Amino acid sequence: MKNFIKEFTKGIIRENPTFVLVLGLCPTLAVSVSVVNGIGMGIAATFVLLGSSLIVSLVRDFIPDKIRIPCYIVIIATFVTIAELCMKAYSPVLDRALGIYVPLIVVNCIVLGRAEAFACKNNFRSSFCDGLGMGVGFTLALILISAIREFLGSGRILGHTLIKGFEPVFVFGMPSGALLVIGLLLGFFNLLKNRKT
Amino acid sequence: MKNNLIVSGSPHIHKEESISRIMWTVAASLVPAGIAGVIIFGLDALWVTLVAVIAAVLTELVFEIWGKKKITALDGSAVITGIILAFNLPPNVPLWLPIVGAVFSIAIGKQVFGGIGQNIFNPALVGRVFLMASWPKYMTTFAKPFSCDAVTGATPLALLKEGKLLEHISYLDLFLGKRGGCIGEVCILALLVGAAILLIRGYITWHIPATYIFTTAAFTYIFGAPQLFGGDWLFHILSGGLILGAFFMATDYVATPLTARGQLIFGVGCGLLTAIIRLWGGYPEGASYAILMMNAATPFIDRYTKNRIYGTR
Repeated sequence: MKNFIKEFTKGIIRENPTFVLVLGLCPTLAVSVSVVNGIGMGIAATFVLLGSSLIVSLVRDFIPDKIRIPCYIVIIATFVTIAELCMKAYSPVLDRALGIYVPLIVVNCIVLGRAEAFACKNNFRSSFCDGLGMGVGFTLALILISAIREFLGSGRILGHTLIKGFEPVFVFGMPSGALLVIGLLLGFFNLLKNRKT
Repeated sequence: MKNNLIVSGSPHIHKEESISRIMWTVAASLVPAGIAGVIIFGLDALWVTLVAVIAAVLTELVFEIWGKKKITALDGSAVITGIILAFNLPPNVPLWLPIVGAVFSIAIGKQVFGGIGQNIFNPALVGRVFLMASWPKYMTTFAKPFSCDAVTGATPLALLKEGKLLEHISYLDLFLGKRGGCIGEVCILALLVGAAILLIRGYITWHIPATYIFTTAAFTYIFGAPQLFGGDWLFHILSGGLILGAFFMATDYVATPLTARGQLIFGVGCGLLTAIIRLWGGYPEGASYAILMMNAATPFIDRYTKNRIYGTR
């Protein structure tokens, strides 16, 4: 049990996919304009991570080594399609906002990375915990980045104006602003880590 | 450690130069343009410049104390960053704008890379582009020259871009600075005085400014009109931030190539990009973007223009 909790929590802080492993930056840069988008993307990616980690770890003994990556992609694509169709059916607004980045979860390096680095070597219970932890870590990172960007770029959080008379810093609504925020947060977390050691 | 490092054999000539001496001279060479800006746009220009300089120096100080580094906030480089940033702002901006810009310039443009000598971009331009992308409405409304009340007008280049440059602005007005624009860029005469000081003292060489201005002029002459070879090249030299950029921003020591050959390439690149942005780009003026892009290309230019060491291949 302790082991599973460890697998789960490592994805949130110690091996956070965005800030420590620095994986999956493409969707992070693209969708972190508003918190709603960030949460939607995070949940979709978590779902895909969970499903693909589980299935990959279950079938890991049957997949020939040479064609493992295509096999992973097929498994991942299945879950991405499920996520995409669900999103289209139940939240068309979010689907339009995220656009191409939902289908692109197929090639998200967090998902593929976890399948290749963890799920294909561990049993399905550890893989499930690992996938869940990574997904939650990714979602939290997205929420943090998108909250900063939405607040600075439009003066709002979740669509609510926080400070009256605040002049939005447009650059944070643009891709360059995403790079700035991610870079500064990375530096900040590294600073914390260096202070600790 | 550094003091023990012996570079080469004798004879050596000692020169009374230091970073701070060079920096303060550059700052002084910017003063004529600043005075001209204040004369043309009134005291607003002075406040904007002062606020930007103070904010830049204080930010530098805070970062150096926080990082426990040698305090170099008063060596003049932060002052130059502040001045150049302010010179790239319209005179009628709210005063928090130069503060935010100066803090961003020093913090993101300079200190995160490791302080003086480490920045890959010209810090003042980083701040300027940040402000331009963030608050375009303040950055593109320009006070009219010699009007004390808040009358705003467009710059000649913006008028040209919109196709509204109906009456011709005389070259003399452009040269003396009687036009809308940023604080430090309008008075070409004052800028040339400052540039002459730097050139005579040998703090900058002719390579970057000359190739920069010449390339822009040639390109706008060839492509600046509907038919080839009919562009108004003198207008393009005298308007916008070209002169300020060529002499004071593109000659930044840190973010430009080291060798003369590299500097020639750098100048030509800046000139081409400026002319292309002016003629076909979305913005009326492209000097700052051109210089930043060439700053980014500087490591590559340096790699391919390395001087051959005698006796090696």
